[in-house]
Amino acid sequence: MIKFLLMVNKQGQTRLSKYYEQVDIEKRPSLETDVVKRCLSRKKEECSFVEYKDFRLVYRQYAALFIVVGISDTENELSIYELVHNFVEVLDKYFSRVVSSIMFNLDKVHIIIDEIIQNGHIVETNKNRILAPLLALDKMAEAH
Amino acid sequence: MALKIVKGSIDRMFDKNLQDLVRGIRNHKEDEAKYISTCIDEIKQELKQDNIAVKANAVCKLTYLQMLGYDVSWAAFNIVEVMSSSKFTYKRIGYLAASQCFHESTDVIMLTTNQIRKDLSSPNQYDTGVALTGLSCFVTPDLARDLANDIMTLMSHTKPYIRKKAVLIMYKVFLKYPESLRPAFPRLKEKLEDPDPGVQSAAVNVICELARRNPKNYLSLAPLFFKLMTSSTNNWVLIKIIKLFGALTPLEPRLGKKLIEPLTNLIHSTSAMSLLYECVNTVIAVLISLSSGMPNHSASIQVSFSRHAHTFSLKYLGLLAMSKILKTHPKSVQSHKDLILQCLDDKDESIRLRALDLLYGMVSKKNLMEIVKKLMLHVDKAEGTTYRDELLTKIIDICSQSNYQYITNFEWYISILVELTRLEGTRHGHLIASQMLDVAIRVKAIRAFAVAQMATLLDNAHLLTGNTQRNGICEVLYAAAWICGEFSEHLEEPMVTLEAMLRPKVATLPGHIQAVYVQNAAKLFATVLRGHEGVPADSMVAQETSQLLIDRLPLFVQSSNLEVQERASCILQLVKYIQKLQQKDVEVAEEVTALFAGELNPVAPKAQKKVPVPEGLDLDVWINEPPSGSESEDEGRKSKGKAVFAKEESRHTKPRYTEVDEKELAKRREVRKAEQANNPFYIKASPSSQKVYQDGVGVEHIPVVQIDLSVPLKVPGMPMSDQYVKLEEERRERNKADKKKKKDKKKREKGEKGRRRRGDSGPESEEDITPAHMVDIVTEEMPENALPSDDDDKDPNDPHKSICWAPCVNTAGYGVDQPPLYLSPHPSLSLAPHLQVCDIQGNLQDGSQVVVSVIFENKCDSFIKSMEFNVLDSLNSKLQRPDGAGPHDGLIVPFQLPPGISNEARFIFSVQNIVMPQKLKGTLTFIVKTDDSSTHEKLDFKLHFTCTSYLITTPCYSDAYSKLLESGDLKGCSLKLEGVNQPFHHLLARICFHHHFSVVERIDSCASMYSRSIQGHHMCLLVKTADQTVSIDAKCDEPGLLGNVLDEIKLTFSQC
Repeated sequence: MIKFLLMVNKQGQTRLSKYYEQVDIEKRPSLETDVVKRCLSRKKEECSFVEYKDFRLVYRQYAALFIVVGISDTENELSIYELVHNFVEVLDKYFSRVVSSIMFNLDKVHIIIDEIIQNGHIVETNKNRILAPLLALDKMAEAH
Repeated sequence: MALKIVKGSIDRMFDKNLQDLVRGIRNHKEDEAKYISTCIDEIKQELKQDNIAVKANAVCKLTYLQMLGYDVSWAAFNIVEVMSSSKFTYKRIGYLAASQCFHESTDVIMLTTNQIRKDLSSPNQYDTGVALTGLSCFVTPDLARDLANDIMTLMSHTKPYIRKKAVLIMYKVFLKYPESLRPAFPRLKEKLEDPDPGVQSAAVNVICELARRNPKNYLSLAPLFFKLMTSSTNNWVLIKIIKLFGALTPLEPRLGKKLIEPLTNLIHSTSAMSLLYECVNTVIAVLISLSSGMPNHSASIQVSFSRHAHTFSLKYLGLLAMSKILKTHPKSVQSHKDLILQCLDDKDESIRLRALDLLYGMVSKKNLMEIVKKLMLHVDKAEGTTYRDELLTKIIDICSQSNYQYITNFEWYISILVELTRLEGTRHGHLIASQMLDVAIRVKAIRAFAVAQMATLLDNAHLLTGNTQRNGICEVLYAAAWICGEFSEHLEEPMVTLEAMLRPKVATLPGHIQAVYVQNAAKLFATVLRGHEGVPADSMVAQETSQLLIDRLPLFVQSSNLEVQERASCILQLVKYIQKLQQKDVEVAEEVTALFAGELNPVAPKAQKKVPVPEGLDLDVWINEPPSGSESEDEGRKSKGKAVFAKEESRHTKPRYTEVDEKELAKRREVRKAEQANNPFYIKASPSSQKVYQDGVGVEHIPVVQIDLSVPLKVPGMPMSDQYVKLEEERRERNKADKKKKKDKKKREKGEKGRRRRGDSGPESEEDITPAHMVDIVTEEMPENALPSDDDDKDPNDPHKSICWAPCVNTAGYGVDQPPLYLSPHPSLSLAPHLQVCDIQGNLQDGSQVVVSVIFENKCDSFIKSMEFNVLDSLNSKLQRPDGAGPHDGLIVPFQLPPGISNEARFIFSVQNIVMPQKLKGTLTFIVKTDDSSTHEKLDFKLHFTCTSYLITTPCYSDAYSKLLESGDLKGCSLKLEGVNQPFHHLLARICFHHHFSVVERIDSCASMYSRSIQGHHMCLLVKTADQTVSIDAKCDEPGLLGNVLDEIKLTFSQC
């Protein structure tokens, strides 16, 4: 299962974090820095999977944005790797400029993630269906 | 009122929203903490307002701050407020905040139950959706219990959007409230066939996760999943299903066979790497569980996989998969050797490390040199000491594994070790050193070569020690000095080496190395003397040597290291004395040599235990009777009241018989240290005092002759290992040619090989590779009068047992009276599986066969593989081997044992004569694989076929029984058992159970019993009991068999 999902910039600052397993709020920053450090230090030609403590990290870089997913070792690394791409495609479809938009629309990104992943499992991969609640919400806001 | 609302919305215009907060934090990079604390103050103000929009905005900002690592638990109640807003835009902010901030111990969660229930049943599907999503993050056991029914209803909601979320959250509910699983399961199963693929996928996810925890309960769903696997087009779902099958196959082997075909189809048809990878992984798992092995299959799959392995990620996963295959099908991995070696060139360290792991399992006699040569190249190129150290340990691991099983040329190995000393900054000097020592001691034939190499190493010691960074490597000199000293008879120029060992520079080495230098200089001295004495012209040389020692040793006498100091001063005095004798022309060589006489041999780890206790020595008997308990107690009480001196006295007089525990020892050490510290006459070993000592003599005045070179060391005159690779190839070619001519020679060589450990699983042709020189690996020494190994570990109370994981004999299930299988470990055995014979049974179909069921249980914490079961056949009993196997070949046990796992295997023996009981000797060879090494181990055991095991419980009717007795074909025999005080029916049950009889008829304290042997002998018993005496009258058409069975029955009752 998926343990957490992080979006970080190139400087290693967390842009978004979502945990599917309870981690103490005090421990989160140190875990995040540690995880991010491992992924950022890797070169482009190195593989996208990192063994970390008792779980694995799958990461993908999009321009200045890193997406890191922590998974248990029963999960298929490649499928998560592809899921990350699917997620980014959804973001791309909704936001015009992904990197800066995420910064200011974190709540919407959360809605998207919640549509894709629920309690650590993939729940939806169809882009239109993922975006449906968000679009409905936007309509509501316009009407308001 | 209206005014208030207007005022609120005007205020809002000046409030920061989330965007402003994010921007603000960006703009205050220097004083971020300060800025955030003012923001939090603002948020607190906002939360106090009545306007829900303001509150929602505040909560939204808090969610962001929480993500940055700020504690916002103080706002929990406000979050609940926002959650209960009727407007979806606010509600979702509340739920988002809750899902990020709440956890099980958040107490306000209790307040949310009704709100969530309301939202779950809301007509707006997004209200329900957001509640479900939030709930999945913070569900508690209480919430799970209260809401389980509501969620279950939602599983059948008309909208698939709700259904899929409800299905998925059920998993969390099951975890928190397990009682809900049973009522919800039928509906969950139904959802596997939901028309909506999203719901289907959710159900698959949940069931896969449940099945991973307890696969057995989900076997019945296999056909359903099988259908899904062939129909679903969603790769993510397929992966989950295939993963589930991977977990199910070990439980149901038939499933595995069914799976192979659809999986291979998928492998060939899919374009998704992730799916391909999952299929390959599962196929591997299936092949392992089938264990019959389909090497062709796995090879073909592998080829298709490695063909794609061009991207880095796939390479890594490919290597992971290969390591799984390697465990069962080493051969199919070996064929990809080149590919794996290529991976060593990869820029990614994790790929390189994986490849190294694989290489370890792949080596054989044939390719060892080649692989190590490649690795050596990498050592030179490697950047970063960690990876280089890893390479070094791997090279040594690979070479030394299984007792140097794969090394055919030890000269080559020594030169590899010497080359490794060139490594800069390695931490593994001691590892190389211990290998050098081990090889030099255990491989006699190599000593001359090793000594020559070590002498050169000593001569060039300055290159190793010159750079302070290379400190780790100087451990090698320890080994070099010892080898040169101990085997100095092989030295060509002992004088040169002696001189090298006594150079002033040596004094900069660590103390323990200097000590070895000094001690071995003395050994060398003895050799030099012996070499030069008797020849008048050479007596000058001998005297010069003495002078050399006398000149150089004082440097070591001044050493700050106690050990060095002590040895040096002893030897210095000795040499001075010898010099005096030499001046009088007395021959001393022999006596000096006598000081170091005798050969050092490695000692088996259990040797001490094997020394028999001398007769008449009872270690448990008191030498002096201990004072009676009451007396000492009295003394103790008295001493308490007495003065300090008296107390002291009592401690001395009271003898200590109890073992002193660690704590006590530590305490005493403390006391002693304190005493020493207070004692002005005690010289302490403080670093400052050492310095003074050295400076006083002025070490720096001694001229330093050697020049430090910082260039990498190429020891002159040192043979390079590469040459050996070439030589070896030539030699093998030659050997092949030779072999054709001399067939009889081959036989002899095979015998030679027999002495070394066998059982390598390499290719057949490997057998043809013979060691370069007659390598005689010295076996570990045992005391001369060691007890036979059968008796080893017999004592169940032996305290050593727990230390060395000795196997224990367990015979539950069959023959409590006589363990049919005696197990005794091999002397060198340190890790072992646990064997248990559960049954020895005659084969009903075939009168000459006995089936032995053996349970293998791995009691150690390492992986055990390649088990081979072998029994030394007797004339009468033979282990049935597959067609084509030789009479001495072992049977491969068809499984491997992870730690703590047991499994049963059956072996069939053919038996000719069943009249006599028999004992067969056998061995189990196996490989113990730990994280960093694997060793060949052997377990000796005895298999005891009692005559009882040839009997088969056969029912018999009383009329047939009486006819049988009347026929007169049977011969009688009788047995009396005294002092049996158990109820009669117990007694009968014992005979039935242990000796395979059945009761024909029982009248009061008299019973008739019957059994039949596998060869059709009838056996009748008449058992009577009176006054604790049991008499058994027996009749059988084979008196020998009867006698033995009766003896066994007697034994059964004598042991109870």
